[in-house]
Amino acid sequence: MNKFSKTMLAVGLAFLYIPMLILVIYSFNESRLVTVWAGWSTKWYGELWQDKQLMAAVWRSLTVAFYSATASVFLAIFASVVMVRAGKFRGRTLFSGLITAPLVMPDVLLGLAMLLLFVSSTQAFGVPTERGLFTVWLAHTTLGLAYATVVISSRLKEMDPRIEEAAFDLGASALTVFTRITMPIIAPAIGAGWLLAFTLSLDDVVLASFVSGPGATTLPIEVFSSVRMGVSPMVNALATMILLVVSLFTMAAWYVLHKQSKRAS
Amino acid sequence: MKRWSRRAIVSVPYFWLGLFLLVPLLLVIKVAFAEAARAIPPFSSLTEFEDGILAIRISINSFAVLFEDTMYLQAFFNSVVIAAGATLLCLLIGYPMAYAIARAPAHQQSILLMLVLLPSWTSFLIRVYAWMTILGQNGPLNNFLISIGLISEPLEILNTNLAVYIGIVYSYLPFMVLPLYANLVKHDLRLIEAAQDLGARGLTTFTRITLPLSKNGIIAGSMLVFIPAVGEYVIPELLGGSDTLVIGKVVWQEFFNNRDWPVASALALLLVLALLAPIVWFQRNQDAVR
Amino acid sequence: MLTTLAARKQSAALRDRTLLTINGVSKYFGETRAVDDVSLEIRQGEIFALLGGSGSGKSTLLRILAGFEQPSTGSVQLDGVDITALPPNLRPVNMMFQSYALFPHMSVADNIAFGLKQDKLPKEEVQARVESMLKLVKMSKFAKRKPHQLSGGQMQRVALARSLAKQPKLLLLDEPMGALDKKLRTEMQLELVDIIEKVGVTCVMVTHDQEEAMTMADRIAIMDEGYIQQVGTPVDIYENPINRMVAEFVGSINLFECVLGDEAADHTILHSEALDRPIYVGHGFATDIDNREVTFAVRPEKTWLTTEAPEQDYNWEKGTVADFAYLGGHSIYYVELRSGQIVQCFLANTERKAERPTWDDEVFISWESDSGVIIR
Repeated sequence: MNKFSKTMLAVGLAFLYIPMLILVIYSFNESRLVTVWAGWSTKWYGELWQDKQLMAAVWRSLTVAFYSATASVFLAIFASVVMVRAGKFRGRTLFSGLITAPLVMPDVLLGLAMLLLFVSSTQAFGVPTERGLFTVWLAHTTLGLAYATVVISSRLKEMDPRIEEAAFDLGASALTVFTRITMPIIAPAIGAGWLLAFTLSLDDVVLASFVSGPGATTLPIEVFSSVRMGVSPMVNALATMILLVVSLFTMAAWYVLHKQSKRAS
Repeated sequence: MKRWSRRAIVSVPYFWLGLFLLVPLLLVIKVAFAEAARAIPPFSSLTEFEDGILAIRISINSFAVLFEDTMYLQAFFNSVVIAAGATLLCLLIGYPMAYAIARAPAHQQSILLMLVLLPSWTSFLIRVYAWMTILGQNGPLNNFLISIGLISEPLEILNTNLAVYIGIVYSYLPFMVLPLYANLVKHDLRLIEAAQDLGARGLTTFTRITLPLSKNGIIAGSMLVFIPAVGEYVIPELLGGSDTLVIGKVVWQEFFNNRDWPVASALALLLVLALLAPIVWFQRNQDAVR
Repeated sequence: MLTTLAARKQSAALRDRTLLTINGVSKYFGETRAVDDVSLEIRQGEIFALLGGSGSGKSTLLRILAGFEQPSTGSVQLDGVDITALPPNLRPVNMMFQSYALFPHMSVADNIAFGLKQDKLPKEEVQARVESMLKLVKMSKFAKRKPHQLSGGQMQRVALARSLAKQPKLLLLDEPMGALDKKLRTEMQLELVDIIEKVGVTCVMVTHDQEEAMTMADRIAIMDEGYIQQVGTPVDIYENPINRMVAEFVGSINLFECVLGDEAADHTILHSEALDRPIYVGHGFATDIDNREVTFAVRPEKTWLTTEAPEQDYNWEKGTVADFAYLGGHSIYYVELRSGQIVQCFLANTERKAERPTWDDEVFISWESDSGVIIR
């Protein structure tokens, strides 16, 4: 079992990384035909930089991801406290059902549901006046909220409640205990939750396709529509850039968390 | 916590979830019972005032359509078969991987796990896209297979169900490995020694001790792959062929291409109903672990 | 009663036969030497305890016997067969694991049957053996329970039954009482010995608890830093420790640094800086002339406490009570000598309302000429 499983781990990791590696290599292909190798070149990166439409989409996506991740963790902290600490209250079952729903429901359903909300709301109350980045932000915040709550609440659950009790015992108010004791202890989880919500938003095609309007295409929508037409060397270059940035980001986050958990233990 | 502050803390996320999740889901149900109409939005209203009387019109037309046209049931069936097959493949590949990580020296575990999970943090869309290049007619896979003489003509893999399987396994493998690892790493290794001590050989120890003890991990991992795979849209759209008929694609087409919102809503509802059993199973299993 | 007596006599006769031979076994983990050139002979039917602190190498030695570790050098012979290279699943050796390692997904009966099924025994025989094992450990009523539904003591019985079911030639016990609370411990120690003797299996146990080793074992090996310091019966180990490490590890003891004085065949005289009078020991002491520095060791219960000065010219000293603790059956007194050394002595509380010395009282400590031992 040991030898077999070690081999499988190596094969599995190769399976996970080789496609990405191939993508990176082909992004330096001189040829316009993606699969025909014509020598090394960085010209597609140059063209990428020149593409105003794509660059605008990158910026839009980063903005939406930033704001929705921030709103997600803000709400997720509340939701985690509710899930872990509030005990029994009326509607608890519904609450935990709603908080896990985005984790298990297909994207197409969530996107459809959100769109119906915005359409009906416009029809009944006149808001939102148009679908765009704001509606994408609302949808992504809701999605991110669910994922960030998983991360933050599991950390909160692990936390020894006696630490908080000790602070109360020493005369701290509920607010002080939360800001001075609880928050610093769950800070790594908040960071991880933010990062998760950020990457989810940056990566989402389906939800954004449903709820965004003309003039508010995010990067994934842009990529998706060009990819549907087939492979293109410029998308390869863009994909390489995204892989690079995200993996650097993730590795840094992992490193920080790893250091912290080491110090904690 | 004081009563009013507790109420305030509960109400903030509750309000958000109610407005942006519960209401939308109820709207899906509402629209599923409406009729398609040439209007903006393109469905009929359920309630109407006629001569001062409130009339409620519920239509099961869209559900009738779903059962009349076998295309929809076929899509359902395909989705479940593909998702189940891909889940099984993930389990067969992911189990030994998780096992190897869980039995690796402690200082290597965290880095190995990070290596497995890292891809799932990078763009899903781009990782699916990578396979479009690899599996293409003149792609590296076909070139490689031809160069080693295994095949003489390029294989048609892209735009087939096989490519969809590959895409799903590739995208969701980390979600299988993570819960399996979390389960396997907690096993008391003395149980394995105890089994050996009592005369069990390696394979017996695995099938009688390790495998039954990892049941919860297997369920959790399988559900984490199966549930999203059933409703998957991006992978079959990019890697599958035009004949790859799955439920996620059909919902999308009904909604965007045919603009039949009631049918799309009804389909989405049926999809959730179909997933309800595995979701509840998964939740129970998670609660049992806690 | 009669049968057990007869069985004991019979097993006593068998005890001259060596069952397990450990031959110069060493085990290295990288640079660290966990087990250092250990040689032992364990006789048929005896309960043998490896006693030592954490990191003494006792657990590693036990795991070598079970087959989970390979010795770096040396060999292990069981019943005349070299089993050094045999994997654990092929050895006629079974282990009762620390905190039991019961299979959580199997019932009590399935746990006990597990080993028998590995031998592909017929179903009826497996069932019969499981039943007799359950009866032996008085757990027949609990056959269908899962481990998590059992108490600590019950889990231990199941673990014992599981390791005895295959009728191993050698039974290994790894910290058998480690997971039990103190009261249950004493009870289970005697019960365990009872069952082991009834079955007649040879047993090697590992423990860090000297009381447990002394209660259960026929012979004890004291291990320290991978090395066997002394092997002997509980009485041997306690009354005749061969060195300081053993003396200090087992029970409490008072030690005096001494220089050898007069030596004779029937007595030895020692001089200590801490004592005004010489020490008279009622036996001879074989030594080389060069090194005349020795240690005199005497147990607290053999160190007497009096309020009046003894009459002899040796083996006593004056001191003051530095501290004392009343423990019910006896009291411990900490007496400070002129030199500053603190000596422990036990005072039996035989009278309910006796006058007992208190802080700063002047007292005298003394011992008989055969109460202490000279060690290096």
